[in-house]
Amino acid sequence: MNECLQTIQNYGLRAIGIGERLLPRGEFTLCEQFTLIGSGLIWNVYFAALALFIGFFLANLLAVARASHSRLIRKPAEWFIFIFRGSPLFIQFFLAYEMLVKLPRAGIDVFGITVETSWMTRAWAGALLVLVLNTAAYSAEIFYGALRNLPKGELEAADAYGMTGWTRYRRVVWPTAMRLAWPAYTNEAIFLFHATTLVFFSGFPAYQQRGDALYYASYFADKTFNPFIAYPIVAVYFVLLTVCLIGLFGIVNRRLNRHLPGATKKIRYRPNLIR
Amino acid sequence: MFASCADPKSLEGLAWLMCYLASGKHLLFYLSFGTVLLLLAITAPVALLFGFGGAMASRSRIAPIRWFGRIYTSMVRGVPDIIFFLFVPIALDQAFEWLRSRIYCDPTVPVRHGNEFIVCSAAKLPLSTSPEWVHQAYGIFLAVIAFAVVFGAFAANVLYGAMNAVPRAQLETAEAYGMSPGQVNRRILIPQMWTYALPGLANLWMILIKATPLLFVLGVEDIVYWARELGAAKTRVYAYPHPDWRLYYFLGILVFYLLMTWGSERIFDRIRARLSRGQATAAGEAMRKAAT
Repeated sequence: MNECLQTIQNYGLRAIGIGERLLPRGEFTLCEQFTLIGSGLIWNVYFAALALFIGFFLANLLAVARASHSRLIRKPAEWFIFIFRGSPLFIQFFLAYEMLVKLPRAGIDVFGITVETSWMTRAWAGALLVLVLNTAAYSAEIFYGALRNLPKGELEAADAYGMTGWTRYRRVVWPTAMRLAWPAYTNEAIFLFHATTLVFFSGFPAYQQRGDALYYASYFADKTFNPFIAYPIVAVYFVLLTVCLIGLFGIVNRRLNRHLPGATKKIRYRPNLIR
Repeated sequence: MFASCADPKSLEGLAWLMCYLASGKHLLFYLSFGTVLLLLAITAPVALLFGFGGAMASRSRIAPIRWFGRIYTSMVRGVPDIIFFLFVPIALDQAFEWLRSRIYCDPTVPVRHGNEFIVCSAAKLPLSTSPEWVHQAYGIFLAVIAFAVVFGAFAANVLYGAMNAVPRAQLETAEAYGMSPGQVNRRILIPQMWTYALPGLANLWMILIKATPLLFVLGVEDIVYWARELGAAKTRVYAYPHPDWRLYYFLGILVFYLLMTWGSERIFDRIRARLSRGQATAAGEAMRKAAT
């Protein structure tokens, strides 16, 4: 037990570079595997949380652009969504890495100030960028669908009150669209969270072996030739965090639907398996 | 390949590019697109079969079979699919080798020695004496199983939902005609569920297409592998020296996938229209009205 506490102290934050530098060798205890994989989970949560947060705003912009009447605004949004939804995330990672590597090493001169670019090839920035754009495209499609399914009556009511433009969008269109889109968006959030496991299997190298949960799990599986311990551990972690994610989104869902009769009861989550 | 390509050092411009793109390694690269298509062509029906089994098991009247079906269908929900892609091939490989070691080797020798998994050479799969293509084919076979297990679970979900979406009255009418449960399934349930299942299955096909680059993670020499090999910077010792061109290779792959998903979308629109014909759904009703 004490030994395990020591291991947690040594390796608990290994994935972000705090604690013991060398990975354990030889016989791996269950505790070591749990600790290191759990520490790698920090990256998964980091990627998922930030990508969802930034992607949410971008997706709203894209959805509005896609629903716009002006071709000049609509077409770029449509192409952006088509490219990111039509191609594999895995390839997007590779492509983004190759593009970011092509950036000049010395940095870019912007009005005399040199902007460093080397950090963009690191996973924390480069992979995050890809995840943000990817989830923005998928979410934008969901939000666009919600915008198209707004009840006609609500828009007419807004018109009757003399609301236009931004006021109408903020008070009527957006809240209703979010309410309609939320179940599908919850699904997208889960998919994105699971997609974070791809980061260290694509182009982005794990700097000083600071990888995510699956990176460590496959490290153990490779070293011990035993997939029956490490992979189930990641699976358990992911199931637990997915349940948390569903809970979190359920709270938001309840708030979005609080004006509706019967919404205060626990909303039964019907999972949609398809992204 | 061509006679004019015999001495690539003397070539320039377009002629150089033509010869470069027709080199032996590039032909393997083009063939690997076939590997991807082959994987799709094999995996899709196998996964559908797995999914069908899973959905039927979830509806079973026998509790243990039902539990198995429910667990199988819900397991893909909480766990990222790539974990299965990494887990299933190793687990299967070890299971096969263990079984073979019990038959072909001395069964008293354990296969696990500390951190090692060792079977005698007679039980190795594929045998170390087999040619290279057998190793490749075995890798693809394991990949197909891994894909089929994961996408089977997805498909089972879709089909289970579709089976429940078929109006109860249809099944009750069939029962009233004295059909046995098997007959109800065969004659009423299965023919009718496809229209409900199609949107889900179409989505699934899209996800399957987009999951194929993961073959690279499984060690199969697929398009990602060749794009990295061929695109990497080549020095003077190579016949066709060039700087790092991986970006362009990956752009090519991106276009390939965009075309695949775009084309699939068009085809599914047609199938959707075909399946809606004569169905008691909104789309079918709209078609009926348009026709009269």
